[in-house]
Amino acid sequence: MMKRAKKAMGGAANRAAGGSSALFEQYCDPATDEIGPEGVERFCSDINTDPSDRKVLLLAWKMRAKRMGFFSREEFQSGLTALKATTTAQIQRALPGLEEQVECNPDSFRDFCTFAFKYCLTEPSQKLIDIDTAVTMLAIVMPREPLMPRFCDFLKEQTEYKVINFDQWTSFLRFAQEVKPDLSNYRDEDAWPILLDNFVEWGRRNADRPIDFT
Amino acid sequence: MGDRRPIELEAGWGKMQMGVAKLKRILEGEDEPQFDADLYMQLYTIIYNMCTQKPPHDYSEQLYNRYRDVFCVYINESVIPALKDHREDRLLGELHRRWNNHQVMTRWLSRFFNYLDRYYISRHSLDSLSNVGLICFRDQVYSDVKRRARDALLTLIDKEREGEKIDNMLVKNVLDIYIRVGMETMDKYENDFEKDLLVATAAYYKRKAAVWVAEDSCPDYMLKAEACLRQEEERVGNYLHISTKPKLLEQVENEVLRVYQQQLLEKENSGVSALLRDDKKEDLGRMYRLFSRISGGLDPVAAAFRKHVEADGMTLVRDADAAAAAKKDAGKKKPMAGTGDDAEQSFVRQVVALHDKYRLYVEDCFSNASLFHKALKEAFEAFCNKQIAGATMAQLMADYCNTLLKKGGAEKLGDEAIGVMLDKVIKLLAYLNDKDLFAEFYRKRLSRRLLQDKIVEHHEMQVLAQLKAQCGAQFTGKMEGMVNDLQLARDNQQAFEEWCQGQANSGSVVDITVSVLTTGYWPSYKTLDLTLPQEMIDALSQFKGYYDDKTKNRKLQWIYSLGHVTIKFTPSDSADDNRTYDLMCSSTFHAAVLLQFNEAATLKVSDIQERLTLPVEDLSRVLHSLSGTKNKILLRLGDAKGPPTINDTYKINTDFKSTMRRIKIQLPVITDDKKKVVEDVSKERTHAVDAAIVRTMKSRKRLGLTQIISEVVQQLSKMFQADVRMIKKQVESLIDREYLKRDEDNPNMFLYLA
Repeated sequence: MMKRAKKAMGGAANRAAGGSSALFEQYCDPATDEIGPEGVERFCSDINTDPSDRKVLLLAWKMRAKRMGFFSREEFQSGLTALKATTTAQIQRALPGLEEQVECNPDSFRDFCTFAFKYCLTEPSQKLIDIDTAVTMLAIVMPREPLMPRFCDFLKEQTEYKVINFDQWTSFLRFAQEVKPDLSNYRDEDAWPILLDNFVEWGRRNADRPIDFT
Repeated sequence: MGDRRPIELEAGWGKMQMGVAKLKRILEGEDEPQFDADLYMQLYTIIYNMCTQKPPHDYSEQLYNRYRDVFCVYINESVIPALKDHREDRLLGELHRRWNNHQVMTRWLSRFFNYLDRYYISRHSLDSLSNVGLICFRDQVYSDVKRRARDALLTLIDKEREGEKIDNMLVKNVLDIYIRVGMETMDKYENDFEKDLLVATAAYYKRKAAVWVAEDSCPDYMLKAEACLRQEEERVGNYLHISTKPKLLEQVENEVLRVYQQQLLEKENSGVSALLRDDKKEDLGRMYRLFSRISGGLDPVAAAFRKHVEADGMTLVRDADAAAAAKKDAGKKKPMAGTGDDAEQSFVRQVVALHDKYRLYVEDCFSNASLFHKALKEAFEAFCNKQIAGATMAQLMADYCNTLLKKGGAEKLGDEAIGVMLDKVIKLLAYLNDKDLFAEFYRKRLSRRLLQDKIVEHHEMQVLAQLKAQCGAQFTGKMEGMVNDLQLARDNQQAFEEWCQGQANSGSVVDITVSVLTTGYWPSYKTLDLTLPQEMIDALSQFKGYYDDKTKNRKLQWIYSLGHVTIKFTPSDSADDNRTYDLMCSSTFHAAVLLQFNEAATLKVSDIQERLTLPVEDLSRVLHSLSGTKNKILLRLGDAKGPPTINDTYKINTDFKSTMRRIKIQLPVITDDKKKVVEDVSKERTHAVDAAIVRTMKSRKRLGLTQIISEVVQQLSKMFQADVRMIKKQVESLIDREYLKRDEDNPNMFLYLA
């Protein structure tokens, strides 16, 4: 009796949830009740997107996924609800909209970047990400930012820092927004992290070096 | 009695005219008797009556006007013609005479017409009688003659400047006219005379200075400048009005000092640098006095002073550096730190001497002005932070203090002189950026002095007190702790010995004196796990028994490298040769090694090492000091040369002979690892910066980076000069450790996270 009532009440939501729930079950690992790497791969192929594509990260962001490579039932369903999608076709159609949102809305972009950093933290008490991860992530998160390739080159070359912390990450985001690509309006009395002060020094020294876009 | 009929104007006036005529004759110097009381009364009364008569016979107004006319007429008739054709001195003389006359005239006439002053004039707010006279003189005489008189005056003044004698009184008296005709103000004096005087003065000195600066040396020029200023001041005193003084001197200062200042100071062989070089204190004093008169005049002098002192200091640095390098090249072994003979030590002495010398300059020549104290400070800060042969000034100063403080370290100086020198050296500490580095080196030297009992107590306390006053209690906390520890140790030792008496086995245990050091205060010492001979173990555990009895929960860590042992050594086995020697060994290791030979006359190094669990390099040093130096207690078997190795074998030298009964066995002192000290200090600084940032943020809650930096630098300035980048790095580190966070609304501000 109770069961039936519940089912009736949650009808509308369930109808939608029913869709995403069903979708979830297509990819999830029944043992853990979450979509694992293998499921993610299949899912990506079904939405015609490469797993390393930025759009997948955007999806993870929408889902507020906690673990890289995994989607829990709750995360998957709430993400799809936010996209108002229940089928892979619908998801696929919603992706450009997601990109636009992040492109045009600075708050969303900031939120996305913040998410990207935290998404890389694999251990529970981890607060830092290593340089290689940072470089990869930066390329995915802000592919069109003119300062990004140079910053990544710099990160790889410099030896003072082996890991990046959250403050440095968000500061670079702010740096990219405030400082011109030719670094001309950088002011050293501002409280940029030393990493970025070093970057400016390096950038000015290597001003005529061609940018490596690989 | 006269009739009560009113006096008619013309009648009364006629009588007055007679009085006026008489007065004129007197003024012209004619042979005319003076006014007597009677005549005076008559004249006065006529006026009185004519003014008190009832209208229409009240002739006040007419009389007043006619009074004025008297002056005008007389001036036109007599005064102006008299002045007409005169020039220069004659003009001035005549003008003076006429002015005096005029005053006499005014005095008399105003007495006759006095009644007008009382009622008519005040009722109608008119010029007083004396003013009327003055105004007539001003408008008719003065305005006509003022330009000629001015020219005459300036010519005289010019002559006086060129050395001629002039009539000062005359000038003064004529200038008095200019002042008086201005009535309440100095306008006439200023506009009709002073203005031109100032221009003429400027022109005069401009000409002179141009010649002097080309021909004279700086000191000679300054002498002339001083003389001019003195002269002009005298001039004011002699005949000018006092208000002219500052304006006049300003002209002189401008033309003579300000215009040519740079040229003078930079004169090749006589400018500031040359004077400093040649110790020309009197000239420098004069320079100070002169240029302090112009605003900003002392700045170039102070700058030159600073440059000179800094150059002298840098020369000392370079010479000492070169001397040290040369010695190293020559292959001479560097004397042990603290002998006071090497170039580095004499460098500190020279810096002290330099400081004394130039401080005296500031006091004597530069009148103790703060501008010059600052210049001295900046100069010293510039070169006191350079290195000599890789050693920082901090280390050199600590070493030099060690030489002075060590018992017998600086015998030729004498007790009081040592105290004075220490005081001066510590004062130099103010110029050091790395004060904490000095503290660390000083602490290490102090510990050695204390443990070797080479201290002279009153000097040590003097220095500690001075350091505390100059740098704060935190600076000397550890050092005071060390001194305290040893004082306690002495008391403790006595208590220990008394305690031993009460023990059962007293008498069988070897005598032992223990100093307990508080870990935090003392430098860290390498601790080695040494296996001691049984006798020593017994002694140590006896002390431990006492100590555990006395204190609770304290752990004792024995530092064998700092111990001394006296060993009775009987080299020969034979019964008829019982010579014994007292070996004063400078470390416990010696004892441990030697006592092994009680059990076997010959021992392999590898055996000794096994039994003692001593690292090979330390064992090697001990063996070398027992066998490779003057007093060969042990002998190495075989012909091996060079330092002892693990494969060698040693035996007691049974043929050992010495004329001395007591023999010192020393372990060579390892000079402090400079690098380690610098590293330790560096670590301490990071902690200090962290603490300062947290302290600041805790109280201010929200601050921008530049403010944090300036607060921290200021807080730590007594210990060291905090590096901006380092502070920034620590701020980031504190963000990582979640003591601080960046303000989201304003990313250049930081917030304290409680």
